[in-house]
Amino acid sequence: MSALLQAGRRRVGPGGVLGASVLLLLLAWLVVYPLVLVLLEGVRGSAGWTLEHVREFVARPTEWQALRGSLVISLATVLLAAVIGIPLAALLALFDFPGRRILSAIVALPAVLPPLVGVVAFLFLYGETGFVARAIQAVLGLEEPPWRLEGAAAILLVHAYSMYVYFYLLVRAALLSLDAAQLEAAASLGASRARTLRRVVLPALRPALAGATLLTFMTALASFSAPYVFGGGYRVMTTQIVATRLNGEEALAMVETVSLTLLALLALALFRDADRDPTRGGGKGTGPAARPVRNPLLRAALAAAGWGLAAVLLLPHLTLLVVSLVPVGTWTIEAVPPAWTLANYLTLVRDPVRFRPLLNSLGLAAAATAASLVVAVAAGALVVRARAPGRRGIELLLGLPWAVPGTVFAIALATAFSVHDPATGRWILVGTIWILPLAYLIRSLPLTSRATLAGFRRLDPSLDEAAASLGAGRWRTLTTVTLPLVRPSLVAGGTLAFVTALGDFVTSIVLYTYDTRPISLEILSSLRQADVGVAAAYGVVLMVLSALVFTAAADRQGADPT
Amino acid sequence: MTTPFLTLDGLTRRFGDHLAVDGVSLDLARGEILALLGPSGSGKTTTLRLLAGFETPDAGRVLVEGFEVTRLSPAARRFGMVFQHYALFPHLDVGENVAFGLESLGIKGEELKVRVAKALALVDLEGFERRRIAQLSGGQQQRVAVARALGPEPRVLLLDEPLSNLDPTLRERTRRELRDVIRRVGITTVLVTHEQDEAFDLGDRVAVLRDGRLEQVGTPDELYEAPRTAFVARFVGRASELHGRVREQTADGTRVEVQGCLWGIPSGTGVRSTFEPGDPVQVLLRPEALWLARPDAGLLAATVVERRFMGASALYLVRTDAGSLLDVDAPGWAAGPGDRVGLAPSRRSGGGIHLFPATPPV
Repeated sequence: MSALLQAGRRRVGPGGVLGASVLLLLLAWLVVYPLVLVLLEGVRGSAGWTLEHVREFVARPTEWQALRGSLVISLATVLLAAVIGIPLAALLALFDFPGRRILSAIVALPAVLPPLVGVVAFLFLYGETGFVARAIQAVLGLEEPPWRLEGAAAILLVHAYSMYVYFYLLVRAALLSLDAAQLEAAASLGASRARTLRRVVLPALRPALAGATLLTFMTALASFSAPYVFGGGYRVMTTQIVATRLNGEEALAMVETVSLTLLALLALALFRDADRDPTRGGGKGTGPAARPVRNPLLRAALAAAGWGLAAVLLLPHLTLLVVSLVPVGTWTIEAVPPAWTLANYLTLVRDPVRFRPLLNSLGLAAAATAASLVVAVAAGALVVRARAPGRRGIELLLGLPWAVPGTVFAIALATAFSVHDPATGRWILVGTIWILPLAYLIRSLPLTSRATLAGFRRLDPSLDEAAASLGAGRWRTLTTVTLPLVRPSLVAGGTLAFVTALGDFVTSIVLYTYDTRPISLEILSSLRQADVGVAAAYGVVLMVLSALVFTAAADRQGADPT
Repeated sequence: MTTPFLTLDGLTRRFGDHLAVDGVSLDLARGEILALLGPSGSGKTTTLRLLAGFETPDAGRVLVEGFEVTRLSPAARRFGMVFQHYALFPHLDVGENVAFGLESLGIKGEELKVRVAKALALVDLEGFERRRIAQLSGGQQQRVAVARALGPEPRVLLLDEPLSNLDPTLRERTRRELRDVIRRVGITTVLVTHEQDEAFDLGDRVAVLRDGRLEQVGTPDELYEAPRTAFVARFVGRASELHGRVREQTADGTRVEVQGCLWGIPSGTGVRSTFEPGDPVQVLLRPEALWLARPDAGLLAATVVERRFMGASALYLVRTDAGSLLDVDAPGWAAGPGDRVGLAPSRRSGGGIHLFPATPPV
């Protein structure tokens, strides 16, 4: 019997049981409890329990519009993202043509644009007073802008741009991990290309497709920035919740929140096991080599199409940069801006009021990420190493914030921690500096814990036993053996968590205070004051910071200790 | 045997409904090497992990020089362990790996350096301190694992399938080196293996395990020549199997009817049970225990299926007329595929044929 199997059956000490209980309790308090409170608030009236708000919800046509809007947008986003992402993945993974490598990197770039920044860039670029619209207006001599960037189409445009990346990345990885020998085997067994595709390639891609579908659907369902800025009259549930709450209809907002949560959980349940990989367990082969495209015309066409695409993908980033560097009002009809300035960046640095959000975001994101990593490491030690009781529950709770839209969590936290009642585990945190880092922490748990648990699982359990047999205590084993070896996973998960928190808009808009206002809200308020230069400058700063963190993390990961 | 140094006393470990180790008792003398041999699932690895302290037994004790260590942590037992996949720390270099256990003892500075160098010298890896683990060959990694385990001068060395991770061409050489190191250090050693060759070559004594139970302990010669059960006879060395019926048992030997022939098996190592006339028996035959001749009356009639030339002799696979397949060791010129032959107990070996009570039909 393999030592691995038996290592799993080691007995759990009292420390493991205690640790697991504490962690489970903490997660229940932070992740589940606020959601339960929201559910309760939705059915509580001034005189005890009531279904009045639910009835009101059901009776209002606008609620159904919003729910249907969310569903339609999410499904359409999945479809669009798949249509863009899958062919791109196939093209870049399977065929070789000039510029393929650089293009592979550029294609993933929308991922480094925080949602609100992407939306702002689209506004500058494709909005009714944006560059593209103005150019067309000028060229055709139109009186009115040729379009208004509003409604479902506008939301979908932004979604397609930012979310095809999920399909692209997952499908590309799956294609690259195909076993070339399997394809050759199919060919040698006389299978046609079509049959090979249907019987060998597609089954191997199924988990990636299912995973990308779920990821895209959930992200689109939870999307807030795009509908908030471009929605116009088009209702989706995320923005509806915030609007209802602003109207003072607290209880109705709770019912809306519950409805959105149910929709998310339903999607999760439908796709629960779909991304399990049934093809794992075969031999690990070498991926198929990219096939060079020989036809010179086709090569040129592919290269041109590729670079055209790259230009489209880079336009939002460039737009932000340009807007941030051009003095307001100087650039009207010229092809190239007549004047450049660093004034926007100087404003940002010199004005303490404008600089504060940058420090806030960095500090909040760093604190939340650090705390999140501590929880993730504790979870790794308890769930994977000690195999403590309740480990399934711990893993479920750690993953739950991923399934629940950010708006929902923001509302839930705002509900749970606006009351002082220590006996029921509620303190007033709303309005203090603690609520935002707490929200970022909870939202980052799935990111850090998924990476960390995977890192712990990759470790050979006999490394722990070797350390134990060589006289190392638990602490020394953790610090000198386990942590150095899972460091790449911690860096990966931490990076993702940090960058997400840095650009967060959806929870911040519900929970921020003036003292803790993060970058995203500063961008929004600059926009409202028609201070587009500063908004763009902040967008660029956020973009550059995210890219820097990703690059630094990639370097650290490259220095793999093994 | 002198006073035992290491004692396993009725060790039992249950995983759910499954009894992985079932009352295993063994004594080892100081400096003795014991090989735990068995097929996968026989409980040999669990027994080793109980010894190491990674598992806690449901019943039974582990004693070192009469002192119980069953409840002690792995390190407190002062047992060194070499893991199947070595479990070297990939982020530490060779020297840091070997130093790991020494640092636990509070050794540092110059003495640490000296002790690390000494441990590496033991396995012929002088000067390898600053090498990275990934730069080492499989055989070198195995030696680093041994040096790391021996560094803190443990009382007992435990080895889990120490050679299974090496390719076959390296195995024999590494086996020899491993044996030399253990002998030089003179450490009491328990190793787990499913390879009979390894067990015989490394072990002073071999303990054969089956379904968590100890089937037999003995020197390699004892196990081969006097297997106590049919399982041991089959698992240790090559053996074919026939069914027979006892005619009579006397002080000199036992007469058995096998597929119409009457064979006399001399008393001694081959027959360890008393039988009544008419008892069904299992007849286990070593290849060298049969004599291959021209077909004749009184001989067991068979046809050669396959001849495998082995150098000094050939191994014949023959099918008796009753349909049993047997391995027979005979001179290379004796017969060819398709030839009709006759079989009888060989006179060169008194042993080589073992009678066991037939297992009742299930």
